[in-house]
Amino acid sequence: MCTMIAEKLQVSGSGKARGRWFPLGQTYVSYDHPFHAPLEHALNLDFVNESLGPGSRVAVELTPEAARALATTILRVLDEGAKAEGR
Amino acid sequence: MQETDGYEGMLAETITVTGDGGDQIHAYLARPLGEGPFPAMVLLHHIPGWDEWYREAARRYAHHGYVTISPDLYCRDGHGSAEDMAAKVRAEGGVSDDRVIGDADGCIAYLRSLPNVSGKVGVMGTCSGGRHSYLVACRSALGVDAVVDCWGGGVVMGPDDLSPQRPVAPIDYTADLNVPLLGLFGENDRSPTPEQVAIHEAELKRLNKPYEFHMYPDAGHGFFYYHYPAAYAAEAAVDGWEKIWDFLGQHLAG
Repeated sequence: MCTMIAEKLQVSGSGKARGRWFPLGQTYVSYDHPFHAPLEHALNLDFVNESLGPGSRVAVELTPEAARALATTILRVLDEGAKAEGR
Repeated sequence: MQETDGYEGMLAETITVTGDGGDQIHAYLARPLGEGPFPAMVLLHHIPGWDEWYREAARRYAHHGYVTISPDLYCRDGHGSAEDMAAKVRAEGGVSDDRVIGDADGCIAYLRSLPNVSGKVGVMGTCSGGRHSYLVACRSALGVDAVVDCWGGGVVMGPDDLSPQRPVAPIDYTADLNVPLLGLFGENDRSPTPEQVAIHEAELKRLNKPYEFHMYPDAGHGFFYYHYPAAYAAEAAVDGWEKIWDFLGQHLAG
């Protein structure tokens, strides 16, 4: 493995896999070997719904740089959204 | 290796074996046809799961004359594609070392029960499977006759790396290793790093254990995986397989 750096969080929302939307239940976040990205280690995101079975999964594998950029962009966009909504 | 005028046949299929705790788990069995007696191998899959590469590897071992079994170490965790199951198990922190050792013992018992198996059994794995193979060689209740560790990360672990699933660093069991060990590693690997491999090798030397390690330049993690271009290192892979056949031929065959 070989890092075994992985966390799981409960989430709400929707994901789309195999042409179908499904309600999300969990997100797995890991820094470990990717399945597809040409990297030894990647930031792996798995958006899943455990109650629907292992196939209900949207997988994303990012370079560490891309993952950090995504994380900061998400936070910035969320802040803008909150500001626009007066929160 | 078969001669061109010899008979050759193989049977490969999914079976059920009794694993750790008496649980029934799936395994892929590939065996050469014939009376034998054949040596046998247990293949412990890597963190990406019980995938196509392991089935192909099992058939390759069978082609080379080994009755070979590869258990689904994630069988209790559900069923789906190998990737989906691997993602699920990874999020749970991985399988426990004790459970893997119990599953391997179930496979060893199954192999030794077969009338065409010589009784000699080796264990091999890549990535986490290499680490697990080393653990099995050190801790199996039934024992194996040889072990092949291909770039097993996490043999050397710091206190912060330990977890409920992996409570003891495999290197700490080295005193219990009593069979020959073959280790194949890449210089560009980050898990295990060359420094970690050197620590492991020093411990083997200190305890006077039989081993041979090969560190390949220009190879990283998973250099056998031809289906993964970023990892595959053709020269190292070809030589690595030859090292495996030579090693197993010396310690399991005959």
